[in-house]
Amino acid sequence: MRFHGLRHHAATLCIVAALAASPAAAKVISVNATTPDANEKLQEALILAEPGDTVQLGAGVWKLTDGLSLDVANVTVRGAGAGEGGSILDFTGQQGAGEGLLVTSDDVLLTEFAVLNTKGDGIKSKGADRIVYHKLRVEWTAGPKETNGAYGIYPVESSDVLIDSVYVRGASDAGIYVGQSKNIVVRESIATENVAGIEIENSYDADVHDNIATKNTGGILVFDLPSLPMQGGHNVRVFDNVVNDNSTPNFAPKGNIVASVPTGTGVLVMANRHVEIFDNVFDNNGTANVMIVGYRYEHKDPKYQPLPRQIVVRGNQHGKAGYAPKFPGGDMIAAAMGGSIPPVLWDGAGNAVVLDPVGVLSLNLPDVKTPQSEAKPAPADLSKGTPPAALPAIRLPAAMEAKVR
Amino acid sequence: MKRVLAAVGAALLCASGGAAIVAPAVDQALVESDAMPPKLSAFGLFRGNDPKAPAAGIGYTLRAPLFSDYTDKHRFISIPAGMKASVAADGTIAFPVGTVLVKSFGWADVNGGRPVETRLLIHRASGWTALPYIWDADGKDATLALGGRRVAVTFKSPDGEAHSIRYAVPNKNQCKECHSLNGAIVPIGPKARNFILDPAASDKLRSRYFENPAALKPLMPQLQDPKAGSVAARARAYLDVNCAHCHNPAGSASNSGLFLRWTDDPAGVNYGIGKRPTAAGRGSGGMDFAIAPGDPDHSFLIYRLESTDPGIAMPEVGRSTVHKEGAALLRQWIAEMPKASH
Repeated sequence: MRFHGLRHHAATLCIVAALAASPAAAKVISVNATTPDANEKLQEALILAEPGDTVQLGAGVWKLTDGLSLDVANVTVRGAGAGEGGSILDFTGQQGAGEGLLVTSDDVLLTEFAVLNTKGDGIKSKGADRIVYHKLRVEWTAGPKETNGAYGIYPVESSDVLIDSVYVRGASDAGIYVGQSKNIVVRESIATENVAGIEIENSYDADVHDNIATKNTGGILVFDLPSLPMQGGHNVRVFDNVVNDNSTPNFAPKGNIVASVPTGTGVLVMANRHVEIFDNVFDNNGTANVMIVGYRYEHKDPKYQPLPRQIVVRGNQHGKAGYAPKFPGGDMIAAAMGGSIPPVLWDGAGNAVVLDPVGVLSLNLPDVKTPQSEAKPAPADLSKGTPPAALPAIRLPAAMEAKVR
Repeated sequence: MKRVLAAVGAALLCASGGAAIVAPAVDQALVESDAMPPKLSAFGLFRGNDPKAPAAGIGYTLRAPLFSDYTDKHRFISIPAGMKASVAADGTIAFPVGTVLVKSFGWADVNGGRPVETRLLIHRASGWTALPYIWDADGKDATLALGGRRVAVTFKSPDGEAHSIRYAVPNKNQCKECHSLNGAIVPIGPKARNFILDPAASDKLRSRYFENPAALKPLMPQLQDPKAGSVAARARAYLDVNCAHCHNPAGSASNSGLFLRWTDDPAGVNYGIGKRPTAAGRGSGGMDFAIAPGDPDHSFLIYRLESTDPGIAMPEVGRSTVHKEGAALLRQWIAEMPKASH
């Protein structure tokens, strides 16, 4: 495991450049949690900030009734910490807006604060290029509940996304969700007791590494869905993560795609092209450590590619898995196989290479239009295929890395 | 002696102007600056600072208005002297720099019918700017509320039901959330298909403010008039005005893939028919489709319109009550669709 990687050298070199680029007039706008009308004052600060400024959130619990938003480029929102005694944005009494904080501008750094109990999503950024989420906590404090908001940290339609050292708990969809974006790094973060811990959806070029995904329904998901403006998800690396004990019963509102994720899933790839899953530590995922499937719902999108292709599984450590498979018919298959199924589960659609020395169970459903009830489960050997050339590491603009040093 | 004469002259000038017409003038320099004046009166947009008495300009209404908690809206356009708006072939209206769209919100039974807030959409050289103002308790002026505010009001909707809500005056960013196209602020309502210039305005006045006023031909039906259009036509007008400002490929909800413009194919999956939830969270209400033809009770588009829970409700901004009449129209539209074969 490389929880503290080798990025320091490159990052140090870049700090000088970043400082030189800062406008001379950059200022710090401090806002206090105990100010009367703190909600309005904080929102005003986010509106009046100018590029280069920092909005400094005071320590304490902010009781907020309305969602906040930031639409000014190159602004930092910095709190006094994401834990107890830090800057806690508490949305328990929220009356409006679809999220706690919405960012719609580029080059924003969000760091050192917590967002609790939003009615909808926690922190969303849309069309916000080069955004950095760092040392944040997004949590629904009562733990898994269907009435919790959908996404904890939710960048969408963005290029260059860094999510580093965040903690997300209780999301009724995905704790960390990156959608319809390009060039993404999610690292050194903890996702627990969400339906999906970390999800990369309809996105290109992502590294998900050195995270802990535990006690979710499914740990790490790589999905591609039809009828969306950006699709054809590809080039995703999932490595050096700990993905264990993803045993929380699925609590997503029905209808959402993650409501179909079986409890006990480690990493799940649905559709997508070229996904590498390597050097992870898997343990105690009752359905499967790794699941690779096609998109098996009806759709009317002629451009959509529902098959997983060029999926590579290698170098992972596999602890206990497959002892409580929660997909339809899973328990019968497990019983027939002596109590558990192999740690890697494939529906038989598309193609994958599995080099880990563990069993693979195929449901032998190569056509995604075939109902799952016609599965013909049997062990499969996916070790003979030739994996595609290894993907390069994701490189983010140096100024982004400098912000988290 | 000269000074005395000058003073007398000034007094005469005032007298000749008449007390009722202290010719108010829009402070066009202020309008076109980057300023965000703390008081609305600074712009000089009204006579006697009465938001329903424009200093200059022309009033308008919309065939299909956006629902905003049953507020009555008073709208007018202030266009700089000597300049004109023009209607493009696609029905969009180009307003010259210096234009202000002025929209005041209130209820007949709140504050004696005086508005609660006035929103300005100002066309400056740098683009459109949105500024929200809340009227002071004495009703004499309105104060800038960049951060928005909730205002407790009690009013009756047209069906006689009493509502007590904490009405949300939007903050400056929320103005943009709806008024956004590719990240820039644009007007929503004023499009030829939905736009009605004050019928009392003379042809001369119309021609003073519009290059081609005859091109303002509204196509969309009056929402609440069954004789004005089919249920489907009125439902599509409703979706265009209440949803499509975000639900279009360049709007705030572009990532949803749900596009509800008047010009979108109403049979397509991107119009919601048979479309599964994307990023809807609790908004799905446990249902599979935004619109399940023939089945409004299993169409989560209806579920979201009929909710006021911020994690569920659509639109996300600008509504603290359910628009029963609008939801009923969309229910009827979905109920009349042939059920899907699958």
